[in-house]
Amino acid sequence: MFDNPVLLFIQLMNGLSLGMNLFIISSGLTLILGVLRVLNFAHGAFFMLGGYVCFTLVGAFDMSPMGFWLAVIGSALALGALAWIIERLMLRHLYHRDHLYQLLFTYALVLLIGDLVKVGWGSSVLSVSFPPGLDGATNLGVAYYPSYRLLLCVIGVLVGLGLWYFVNRTRAGRLVRAARQDREMLESLGINVGRIYLWVFVAGSAIAGMGGALAAPAIALAPGMDAEIVVECFIIAIIGGLGSLGGAFLGSLILGLLNAFGVLLIPEFEIVLIYLMMVLVLLIRPWGLLGKPEAGYR
Amino acid sequence: MTLLEVDGIHTSYGISDVLFDISVRVEAGESVGLLGRNGVGKSTTMRSIMGLTPPSQGSVSWKGQKVNGMPTSDIARLGVGFVPEDRRVFPDLTVWENLDIARRMHGDAEQWDEQRVYALFPELERFRDRRGGHLSGGQQQMLTIARSLMGNPELLLLDEPSEGLAPLVVDKLKEQIAALQAAGLSLVLAEQNLNFVLDLSDRVYILEKGEVKFEGTSDELRQSPELVSRYLSV
Ligand SMILES: Nc1ncnc2c1ncn2[C@@H]1O[C@H](COP(=O)(O)OP(=O)(O)O)[C@@H](O)[C@H]1O
Ligand SMILES: [Mg+2]
Repeated sequence: MFDNPVLLFIQLMNGLSLGMNLFIISSGLTLILGVLRVLNFAHGAFFMLGGYVCFTLVGAFDMSPMGFWLAVIGSALALGALAWIIERLMLRHLYHRDHLYQLLFTYALVLLIGDLVKVGWGSSVLSVSFPPGLDGATNLGVAYYPSYRLLLCVIGVLVGLGLWYFVNRTRAGRLVRAARQDREMLESLGINVGRIYLWVFVAGSAIAGMGGALAAPAIALAPGMDAEIVVECFIIAIIGGLGSLGGAFLGSLILGLLNAFGVLLIPEFEIVLIYLMMVLVLLIRPWGLLGKPEAGYR
Repeated sequence: MTLLEVDGIHTSYGISDVLFDISVRVEAGESVGLLGRNGVGKSTTMRSIMGLTPPSQGSVSWKGQKVNGMPTSDIARLGVGFVPEDRRVFPDLTVWENLDIARRMHGDAEQWDEQRVYALFPELERFRDRRGGHLSGGQQQMLTIARSLMGNPELLLLDEPSEGLAPLVVDKLKEQIAALQAAGLSLVLAEQNLNFVLDLSDRVYILEKGEVKFEGTSDELRQSPELVSRYLSV
């Protein structure tokens, strides 16, 4: 099959679009991990909830040609609002506690949101139709490729560029980087770091919600879909380096491509390749491809 | 006018008590030294003032208003700048970025901006695009001071600014700190380097085991070698 250039090209595109969708989700996770130092197990659940909210909003905006895109924005806003409530009421009381409390708390959120989805939307598989004009395929010269998946690639790159610009080229982004490095010092300079934590959590969760909404037409919505995605996001964070946006981008591409080509090499066992990759990275660079060793590790 | 009044504070880290009844006062325009050997509580006094390790008893007042219990960032915004020991520049941010995040208007005195900070520390301008973590110790010390100035403080708490610096660098730093005094800034200087403090301070406090053992002018301390040998020589 490796002598079939069209198939290889299609798999390459599949890898890229999967990778870019994973990147949209894992960028939010890695942002939260890097700044708040909270391992948010519920990130996958936020992704799932984003997909379901999109399903409902698409129904509500049925008539409008822009309905789907409004639903994507609505999902991001809904998840951002939920994250705001969670951070203010609960999470912020846990930053100074042992990591175990944070793990237990975010795991409780996973269970809670899982049940919420079952109660609110039922257990059967739901699907969201492609936005108008994007249900066909685009001629890329070598082959035709589904237009919507192509768009996902573009959006992933745009999200990446946007985040990079924000973090590296704006004052708010500089404050986020400083908060990641030394919270106490930043407080001493008169900056309310608690507010930075809040907005990073809100933004990261909103991006997860947007990722879920964007993925909804390409995947099937079903309870339990959050588990797989959150595991993949953590693998990406480990491969790329905890808290590194560039690392999340690289890790997502690697995961997407390994997945796509692994299917050709060892069908049904492609996940093994991904774990092998993670083990390899952990052996050679335990702090990830683009991460930095934590103080004390050096 | 009294800027800062620390009145009988007790501070502990968990179950270990570190400060026992420390009182320190700083008048506007004054420079005050905190002296004492390693581990006597100089840094903890500064951290208590900033609300980083809040005192369990006693009070800290700024211009007559009680500030202990307030969040650290609010205390800083009142006009207190803090330059902690071991420098704490943001290592991944460039010199310019380190300065930019600290930028804040305060009061009606002439405001500090990059140009004014670079005029005082020309080396920082030369390295403005270098990451904080790649600077020498002396440059990092200048950057932490410069960074605090960007918030336009009225009082600057400097924790062991001369520590670990070469003698020539210390002399230069002394001139730069004197320039800050001339610009009207009030200072609290925690140091083990006696001459550094005597040259820069109007009054000094000597701490031992979390208590104030001596309070007086720099001249009084200069004339009391027995105090120096009892509390300060190692
Ligand atoms: N984070 C901490 N936890 C526990 N004890 C501390 C901590 N920081 C300092 N101490 C103790 O508090 C005492 C005073 O320390 P410090 O204020 O740093 O003194 P100085 O700045 O005068 O050298 C020392 O005995 C030190 O061991
Ligand atoms: Mg100290």
